[in-house]
Amino acid sequence: MLNRRITLFCGHYGSGKTNLAVNAAFALKAQGFDVAIADLDIVNPYFRTKDSEAQLRAAGIEVISLPFANSSVDLPALPSEAYSLVQNRQRRAVLDIGGDDRGAYALGRYVPAILEENDFDMLYVVNFYRPLTQTAEDALTVLREIEAACGLTFTGIVNNSNLGEETTLADVTATASEAEALAGLAGLPVVFTAARAEIAAPGMLPLTLQKKYY
Amino acid sequence: MAEKVLMKGNEAIAEAAIRAGCRHYFGYPITPQTELAAYMAKRMPKIDGVFLQAESEVAAINMVYGVASTGKRVMTSSSSPGVSLKQEGISYIAGADLPALIVNVQRGGPGLGGIQPSQSDYYQATKGGGHGDYHLIVLTPASVQEMADLTSLAFDLADKYRMPSMLLADGTMGQMMEPVILPEEHVNVIDKPWAVTGTQMQRKHNIINSLYLVPEELERTNFERYERYAQIEKEEVRYESYMMDDAEYCLVAFGIAARVSKNAVVALRAKGVKAGLIRPITVWPFPKAPIAAAAKHVKAFVSVELSMGQMIDDIRLAQNCEKPVVLCNRAGGMIPDPAQIIAAVEALKGGND
Repeated sequence: MLNRRITLFCGHYGSGKTNLAVNAAFALKAQGFDVAIADLDIVNPYFRTKDSEAQLRAAGIEVISLPFANSSVDLPALPSEAYSLVQNRQRRAVLDIGGDDRGAYALGRYVPAILEENDFDMLYVVNFYRPLTQTAEDALTVLREIEAACGLTFTGIVNNSNLGEETTLADVTATASEAEALAGLAGLPVVFTAARAEIAAPGMLPLTLQKKYY
Repeated sequence: MAEKVLMKGNEAIAEAAIRAGCRHYFGYPITPQTELAAYMAKRMPKIDGVFLQAESEVAAINMVYGVASTGKRVMTSSSSPGVSLKQEGISYIAGADLPALIVNVQRGGPGLGGIQPSQSDYYQATKGGGHGDYHLIVLTPASVQEMADLTSLAFDLADKYRMPSMLLADGTMGQMMEPVILPEEHVNVIDKPWAVTGTQMQRKHNIINSLYLVPEELERTNFERYERYAQIEKEEVRYESYMMDDAEYCLVAFGIAARVSKNAVVALRAKGVKAGLIRPITVWPFPKAPIAAAAKHVKAFVSVELSMGQMIDDIRLAQNCEKPVVLCNRAGGMIPDPAQIIAAVEALKGGND
């Protein structure tokens, strides 16, 4: 399900991009690839890839994040190391892009190099339990806004529908038809469905929730 | 499609406000409450509502003052530094006896501070904030569900008592995502004969004002307002009591601090320590009676706060310093963990037994 050199995760904020990106990086590493993960979220200063930095580094995954991420300095600056993602073609890169169209603007800087290499998947992450993307039509609107902002077109859809720690497998499978409806509207395949590891059915990408609250 | 949705706390406030009939939102973006404004920007135009990003917090609160004068449900939201800027307007709204909702998703201070969660605006929220004698009804959610439910309640209470109410949250509550069942749309808005809605030449015109140059008259408005406040202190106190029946140590905490405290209570009970929790849901009016009652059987209180010790004074006063109150806190955007709270209780145990 992660077959290209670069995998980009984009979507509505709160759709689960960061969690997916972190889990995808671990999955690629388990397959034996040299992996780097980049947190290019310039929108949300809370709950970042950097929260999982210690585990990622321990697994041998390079973490590229904003110089001010989690430092309480609310500066939307991109790290210079991010260029290595497009320049070093020997390794797999997972990119976590900020929420909505506003977050996707940041990606534009790397688009020419990504297009030139042409070995990428840009995946639209959708959670149909999020209030502003509860229907295929609403999810499509957000999808088009992101494409317009960053200048790349999506190659597939990831159904990441969930209700947090309360999610049951039935909650996930209940959204399959909506995901197919979105796929039909967008003319894209549903590349895979993700679910927390405890409930994931065979064929789904099992996720380990990265951040737990009290 | 779903009955339950997964929401950020900030979004839950916004959607609950819309469902409570709020069609006017004025604000200015600031982390960590920006999703609230962003949600309003997306939703309000679709439902014939008004979303307006003001030129400043001062402008936003005065727009709230204006709409509140017409009796329509109206709100603004910000985070700590922005709420400081709004204080003059909040005092005017209180002085003019108008209902409105102000949301504060607190961050660390003082000054520009940081962007991580905090509860250090407790004094500002509960002891005035702006000038003059006034109170806000202050509600403190401890889950995304409560972010929604208490928003509805805050509008209802503001209307009922003709005064501004405040939702006092923190960065964690604003940013965290949990499943939530949104409240039904409700339109049981009470009659507002005082509102400035145009006389249609049918009645004497209404005047919205906080200026009273005759001191006897200004004194009378203050006395009347405090009669209402006394009624609120009697009838609108809300709190949750957790494992307090036989408790020897009483934690007092609200918001994110209460969630951590609950974990600590469970862990302490497992160790055989009789701990309990009183979680104020209103911090004004403060739940004085349950704390006074607890003082009869507990050995000590622990005030768990994301501040340098502000609520601790209210706990002391509520029980006339009958039992000692110690502080267990973090500040500047840090959150206490259960281990810190457990250690604080065990230290008391050593000292008291």
